[in-house]
Amino acid sequence: MIHRYQKNGLNFVLDVNSGAVHVLDDISYAVSGLIDENMADTCPQQIVDELSQYPAEEVREAYDELLELKKAGQLFAEDDYIDVSKYIPVGAPVKALCLHVAHDCNLRCKYCFASTGDFGQGRKIMPPEIAQKAIDFVIARSGKRHNIEVDFFGGEPLMAWDTVVQTVDYARSLEEKFNKKFRFTITTNGLLLDEDKRAYINENMDNVVLSLDGRPSVNDEFRKTVSGTGSYDVIVPKFKALVDARDPQKDYYARGTFTSHNLDFADDVVHIADAGFDRLSVEPVTADPGCGYDLTEADLPKIEAEYDRLTEIMLERRKAGKPFSFFHFMVDLDQGPCVVKRLRGCGAGYEYVAVTPDGDIYPCHQFVGKDEFKQGSVLDQSFDMEIATKFAGMNIYTRPKCQKCWAKFYCSGGCSAANYNMNHDMNDSYDLGCEMERKRLECAIYLKAAEKICAD
Amino acid sequence: MKHVSTLTSATLKQTAAHGGCGECQTSCQSACKTSCTVANQKCEHAK
Ligand code: SF4
Ligand code: SF4
Repeated sequence: MIHRYQKNGLNFVLDVNSGAVHVLDDISYAVSGLIDENMADTCPQQIVDELSQYPAEEVREAYDELLELKKAGQLFAEDDYIDVSKYIPVGAPVKALCLHVAHDCNLRCKYCFASTGDFGQGRKIMPPEIAQKAIDFVIARSGKRHNIEVDFFGGEPLMAWDTVVQTVDYARSLEEKFNKKFRFTITTNGLLLDEDKRAYINENMDNVVLSLDGRPSVNDEFRKTVSGTGSYDVIVPKFKALVDARDPQKDYYARGTFTSHNLDFADDVVHIADAGFDRLSVEPVTADPGCGYDLTEADLPKIEAEYDRLTEIMLERRKAGKPFSFFHFMVDLDQGPCVVKRLRGCGAGYEYVAVTPDGDIYPCHQFVGKDEFKQGSVLDQSFDMEIATKFAGMNIYTRPKCQKCWAKFYCSGGCSAANYNMNHDMNDSYDLGCEMERKRLECAIYLKAAEKICAD
Repeated sequence: MKHVSTLTSATLKQTAAHGGCGECQTSCQSACKTSCTVANQKCEHAK
């Protein structure tokens, strides 16, 4: 399987199963449109005739080069080296927790998938004892895995600060005994960030995600305080102070959401970068159809054009010596994860679970509150392996649309929760999400090529 | 090659042999949570 596309005068051919990415001149790109996996040893006359606008000799030469790539396993490669049945992680260790330390929030963002923080389950803070039981749970379930990730999530996790601090202390106190390494992430809206919390986060959190949507008008339309005023002016200085004091080796992200109200979201990306956050992402909203700000197929041409515009902006910024990284355009073409990892994008329900303030376990933060997915409790350390097995069994080969999709080894099959929410079937990929994902990948690969061409 | 320049050569197949150790970061493909997306992840062994 190959995928061909053109962008700004560059011609790309991606060989899906091998992971090879080729940049072609116009002649070979034209030839690539006329061949398939049954390439003959010499260039068929039909191709030469069809491409009569080019010198016949050149067409044959281009054909030979493509044939050489095919023989080297870099074009029309088969996927028969992947034995999917071998890689179904049944009984896999749990290695990541999303701790919903606060089902409460001090903002009232209109688009919040967690129903303004409480996931429809009432406002609650997770007691430290329950968080500690969650740490016990993940240690007990993590088998031989060394690295364990814990994400403090909400609601707004800074509202459960004692729990956060006590959980970090508790987990660290067990690292040596159980030979584990904990990595912590916190996602915050920033309102409660004071000097102490800032220093603590910079010291203890391997990653911090700062929620900010972009331009003040855009941010404040959705991200409102309880009293209904905008949050921009309060949070931006706090975020800035945190990032300025942060060790550059440690990750952080400024993360925003775009809706159908700001389809010119490249301006928000630029705004966030100019505000001093050079690692950022602005991502499509997860919203109910018909809510008034959800994204629909009709928005797609505009969204795709906006991703193109953002690509150009990023190239210009790089040239000007003011680069920033946009999370969803980041792709590692050389040293990315192994093919086994690429079979499934998410570990929800088997290697990653979410824990509510009451200690209930769900496959991930997006399933919290959906009763049929309740998977157990850290109180009695129960864990429904039937649900785990169901999640572990899903991958790009079990999802019909993914099987046929050129993006499968980059995207790894998308989001089960989005599929479930939109199509009531975890294996039925959510088309609009896929179209945006494929567009972002084309942009990301183009950026890599442009980067390389500039460097050469 | 004159007509084709290869940005990345085939690497996926080689990873099938040693892959699947599971030490890498857990990923989330959803828009709602910027934890990690697969395509930009590092292999823990490649560090
Ligand atoms: S883009 Fe969609 S169809 Fe393609 S691999 Fe991702 S989820 Fe599957
Ligand atoms: S189901 Fe979706 S939201 Fe949940 S962990 Fe997987 S990719 Fe992320």
